[in-house]
Amino acid sequence: MTAQGDTATTAATAANAAAPQVAAAPQGAPAHTAPPARALPGGGQTRLHRLVAIVVDRPGVLNRVSSLMRARNFNIDSLAVSRTDRSGSSRMTISLHGDDVAVEQAAKQLYRLIDVLKVQDVTSEPSVEHELALVKIRVTDGTRADVLKLIELMRGRVLDVSTEAVIAEVSGTESEVDNFVAGVRDFGIKELVRTGAVVMARGSGSIEEAVKR
Amino acid sequence: MTLTKRDRARRSHVPAAGSEHAAAVERAQREMLHEGSSTVSVRTAEHGTRPRIGADVVCEALLRQGVDVMFSYPGGVILPLYDILGDYPELRHVLVRHEQGGAHAADGYARATGKVGVCMGTSGPGATNLVTGIGTAMLDSIPIVAITGNVPSALIGKDAFQEIDINGITLPMTKHNYLVRDADELPRVIAEAFHIARSGRPGPVHIDITKDALQQATQAVHPSDDEVVAGLPGFRPTMEGNYKQLKLAAAELAAAERPVILAGHGVLHAGAEADLQAFAEKVNAPVAWTLLGVGALDERHPLAYGFMGMHGWKHVNRAIQSADLLFAVGMRFDDRVTGNVRTYAPYARIVHVDIDPAEIGKNVAVEVPIVGDAKRVLRAMLPMVEAVPPARRQPYFDQLTEWRRDSEGTSWHGSGAWRDGYLSADYVVQRIGELTRHEGIYVGDVGQNQMWLARYAGFRHPNTHLSSGGLGTMGYAVPAAMGAALGVPEREVWAIVGDGGFQMTSQELMTLVQDEIPVKIAIFDNKKLGMIRQWQEIIYAGNFHSAALLGPDYLKLAEAYGIPAIKASKPEEADDAIRFAQGIKGPALVWFEIAGEQNVFPMMPAGKGLSDLIEEWGTAE
Repeated sequence: MTAQGDTATTAATAANAAAPQVAAAPQGAPAHTAPPARALPGGGQTRLHRLVAIVVDRPGVLNRVSSLMRARNFNIDSLAVSRTDRSGSSRMTISLHGDDVAVEQAAKQLYRLIDVLKVQDVTSEPSVEHELALVKIRVTDGTRADVLKLIELMRGRVLDVSTEAVIAEVSGTESEVDNFVAGVRDFGIKELVRTGAVVMARGSGSIEEAVKR
Repeated sequence: MTLTKRDRARRSHVPAAGSEHAAAVERAQREMLHEGSSTVSVRTAEHGTRPRIGADVVCEALLRQGVDVMFSYPGGVILPLYDILGDYPELRHVLVRHEQGGAHAADGYARATGKVGVCMGTSGPGATNLVTGIGTAMLDSIPIVAITGNVPSALIGKDAFQEIDINGITLPMTKHNYLVRDADELPRVIAEAFHIARSGRPGPVHIDITKDALQQATQAVHPSDDEVVAGLPGFRPTMEGNYKQLKLAAAELAAAERPVILAGHGVLHAGAEADLQAFAEKVNAPVAWTLLGVGALDERHPLAYGFMGMHGWKHVNRAIQSADLLFAVGMRFDDRVTGNVRTYAPYARIVHVDIDPAEIGKNVAVEVPIVGDAKRVLRAMLPMVEAVPPARRQPYFDQLTEWRRDSEGTSWHGSGAWRDGYLSADYVVQRIGELTRHEGIYVGDVGQNQMWLARYAGFRHPNTHLSSGGLGTMGYAVPAAMGAALGVPEREVWAIVGDGGFQMTSQELMTLVQDEIPVKIAIFDNKKLGMIRQWQEIIYAGNFHSAALLGPDYLKLAEAYGIPAIKASKPEEADDAIRFAQGIKGPALVWFEIAGEQNVFPMMPAGKGLSDLIEEWGTAE
């Protein structure tokens, strides 16, 4: 998805699909003949979307993005921000729930921010996705061995061992991390931190190279 | 008392004595108290014999942008700017009575001239007072640049006197905003601000400048236009419509039997009035306009059909409800235009032209989206569209004419009186339009007066109808008229305002006097909050809580300000009163006493559809 005009067609295509063309009304049809209801934008199936945004690396830009999402009534599931290899630009991965039209609207609103250079919805594209979690798991002398074994089995990594807890690191897709967390939950989770997903479209295309400079 | 480790940790935010940070804070605190300034300024009439400071850069940059007037109010931290303003006599400074008035004046100036309006205030309350005006400009896409001073940068975040996070406040209601702590950044920031404010979809930009940046000596040079554009890679408005989409839109028009062109504010922003007219004439389609689209087409043009929406003409809304194609240019399908979207234009396919991609598909789903500037798109489409001969439209136009005959009417029936001899407000508005030969600038406030103005004044030129459409800011009319009158001195400027809105910003009367700004003020005094009363009568079962409001004796008030004033309570007094105001060289005030019960009809109750118009109520004739 880009900000430019031609691609606004996605909204239109969706709208066409949602609202089959109505039969033309008779000449000057009075409105009281109960005409068909107009389809509202959106109303499609809600699912998790991943937006990737390349933004100018400047103080306050994160605030602009989060303030916009709040003001426009979009609910962010997770937001991961970091520098890119190009000086002056940062990358945000925004995960949010919504139907395709609502998320397209979110992307277009993001484009209105002067500091936003490029937005891409990678939800429907082949992409790789990863997030990292640190889990502080409660252990006793009796359970430590089991916990360590389980961490290893579930492809986690032990970062710290103390008398009453171990810290495990796990990375993978959101569902892989979910699985890991569920797997160790019975031992008792003292602390959990997740970075939120970062995603990258597969293939040789590059959102960073697509940024016009 | 000995400090525990924990106490010391708590105190760690206090800068260590003798550190650079501590020195900066001390210096800043001293400056706040005006105990000596770190900048030595040599005051002479000649510019250049003293160090060039950040405040000079602000003035230079404003002049480079072609600013000739700004509306401002001084205060502690912005005093460095006022200290050197006298060295820039080309910058006219209008001292308003309240910062809100300054922001509205900048807005009115921008709407009337098409140029960027400038307002200025100090930190804290000065800045928060600007906020309503900035919001008004945001919702109506008006290019203004609002400049505020802020406390010295070392004191930011310390709740210093008159410190507020104004950047955080204006962030969601500006097109962009800046906080400048370094004078070297000022040339770039101000140039960017003007470029952003006026380009693409216009909008307000706010620049917050710390006091030390205003005082800082600087050699920074102003950027060229190209450098400004190159420095904003994230801001590239799409001007040209996509060719394929234009073709699709042309095909829609060719197939349409009952098309309606919906003209919005974007037509005026783009200066596309002539292109709109040529386009409408070629495809032979009636043109309806939004509140802010008033003036997009001369109302005398045979294809000019009228004002749409909640208080629009019934015939216009009927045409929209039966249209098979809506060709919308530079408008955003606001809820005041569509009513209930489910029942809006049920037979119509929609072509939507707007410069802001986010507007397309936001409120209604559309068949053909076109992102682009209204002028460029209409120009590019003109050769593509099929010329429709009038004969093909004959049955449609007969119907439109019949609807128009059926709906056009007034509440005064030729007598000028509404009921019981009361002066009719719509009659007054029409007479103001006629006696100014429709060549004035008419600034509406909000509420019934706003709707009467849009419906009855008769508009022939773009940018002569100013109205707070999006935010609906009461108190807008008088200060905005002030800006319009300074921007376009050759036109007679009338503020059309209710007694409620007038009492919100009447302090600007003194600005009109002091700065000799010839605004004619027409107060529509029904001793009510008229639109509130109307809603309460029709929607809230006549529970008129807080709808009645008293006002002063407006003749005495005007006299106290030194403004000539006259009162009209009967139809036969209206013309003389209007002529009296026209005969005054400076500002003048006309007090029209109207009935408290006169409503604006038709009316579409909120949440209802365009087909559910209420045309009369109670015992109305």
